[in-house]
Amino acid sequence: MSATTPSKLQQIIASGQMAVTSEVGPPRSADGEVIERKAKIIKDYVDAINVTDNQTSVCRMCSLACCIRLKLMGLEPILQMTTRDRNRIALQSDILGAASFGIHDLLCLTGDHQHFGDHASCANVFDLDSAQLAMAVRMMRDEGRLLGGFQFEVRPQMFIGAAVNPFAGPNVFMRVIRMGKKAAAGVQFVQTQCIYNLDTFKEFMKIAEDRGLTEKVAVLAGITPMKNVGMAKYMQKRVPGIDVPDEVVKRLAGVPKEKQAEEGINLAVEQIEELKGVPGVRGFHLMAIEWEEKVPEIVERVGLYPRPSMGGGS
Amino acid sequence: MIKAKPKPLEEIIDNVKDFSKLLIAGCDGCVTVCEAGGLKEVKVLASALRLYFTQAGKQVQVDEASLTRQCEKEYLAQLNDRMEGYDAVVSLACGVGAQYLAEMYNHKPVFPGVDTCFLGVNEERGLYSERCQACGRCILAETGGICPITRCSKRMLNGPCGGSDKGKCEINPDIPCGWELIYERLKTLGQLDRFERLVEPKDWTTSRDGGPRKIIREDLRI
Repeated sequence: MSATTPSKLQQIIASGQMAVTSEVGPPRSADGEVIERKAKIIKDYVDAINVTDNQTSVCRMCSLACCIRLKLMGLEPILQMTTRDRNRIALQSDILGAASFGIHDLLCLTGDHQHFGDHASCANVFDLDSAQLAMAVRMMRDEGRLLGGFQFEVRPQMFIGAAVNPFAGPNVFMRVIRMGKKAAAGVQFVQTQCIYNLDTFKEFMKIAEDRGLTEKVAVLAGITPMKNVGMAKYMQKRVPGIDVPDEVVKRLAGVPKEKQAEEGINLAVEQIEELKGVPGVRGFHLMAIEWEEKVPEIVERVGLYPRPSMGGGS
Repeated sequence: MIKAKPKPLEEIIDNVKDFSKLLIAGCDGCVTVCEAGGLKEVKVLASALRLYFTQAGKQVQVDEASLTRQCEKEYLAQLNDRMEGYDAVVSLACGVGAQYLAEMYNHKPVFPGVDTCFLGVNEERGLYSERCQACGRCILAETGGICPITRCSKRMLNGPCGGSDKGKCEINPDIPCGWELIYERLKTLGQLDRFERLVEPKDWTTSRDGGPRKIIREDLRI
């Protein structure tokens, strides 16, 4: 896995050091400073920052504009792009625009169905799926060609990412095969769904390793600290594709309410320490949902601070 | 077959309440099978409308008919002699039939009596579910005979997504994940290699994205 783009994230992964990414969610308004405030809290503790793309199908400030704001702050944004709202013309157009601002990390997603969001009556697009978006990005980068066939000179230099969910059961093996398809489509790094069931995750990684996939794709383990037992129960019962074992709920329920947030952080720190030893794990993706201020503490406690500075950067 | 469901009576009444001679035209095809627009439903709707008009103190003639198929001119032509006698028609055929009826009798208002929903199967009486989106380029050979464009809520061609949970779709736990179904069927068929194949972006020109579609079969037009 040698670095082939100016992406700092790619360079850190290629150097063999554990990468750390986190994410910020754009505001539901035109207040661009929100994203800058959130980013300032975490910027020294992560290598790159995901900017979500109308997550859970709730209309927000666009990911690309927020990524440009981060870029102008001297940070490295990871542009999340879903295929839910844009066809291949719009997606490729946004990729060219992102590249023109020196954005070098892209996360290819299909996106949540609009059923979840604040515009449930809208039409969706789904012209491409996430794997096909990755194919398009790779073609643009490596061949200087659009899906429609047009050749161009100045190519987007993108480190191509995607999401994987080992827990969208019941079949872990199928999930590994699907990650393999994404790798074949051009995906170079993946960020996983929040991990709470370490046994299932290890099973996933073992199959991936046996199939040679961990050599092709850098897996960043997804970590979301629990704020309280209510959040754990909600994620266990209500969020599709997230596997929260009963022990996690019990552990949080076992401490007084005012100590639950601290216990949630402790749990996240222990998970990271354990996951560091899982073959194929190349870093961590910290999704501290509306809890960005806890990212520095977690990164420090797991010994991943300070972050490496790569010569040149992006 | 095409699946449809009856429109709410209030909506139909709202459309026809100012006319005095109405024809309720059913279709003996698909809408009869799903019990939304056949002769039986024509009779039920006509009775309900007569009751409404009587209670409203209006003198309205409500007649009944059902054609073999409203999507063919030969059968629509059977109404030629009668049509002049009506102010408006409520078609209980699918959207195809209702439009063809309107096209043929250009000067008569035609109102839909059903909502046309999808191309689907009869799982049980009163339980119909979608199987085909008529994309114009069938890929069932690749997907174990299960259509991801129809059965996946995001019409993914390289599914499943990360939102499926215990084999169910993220939008509704009563909907099976189409890609879980495909995976299991391919496994049963010993064709899991097909699941591993990356599917390229689809050419949607044969779907609705290509504009109104037409089939011209020269071999049949001689």
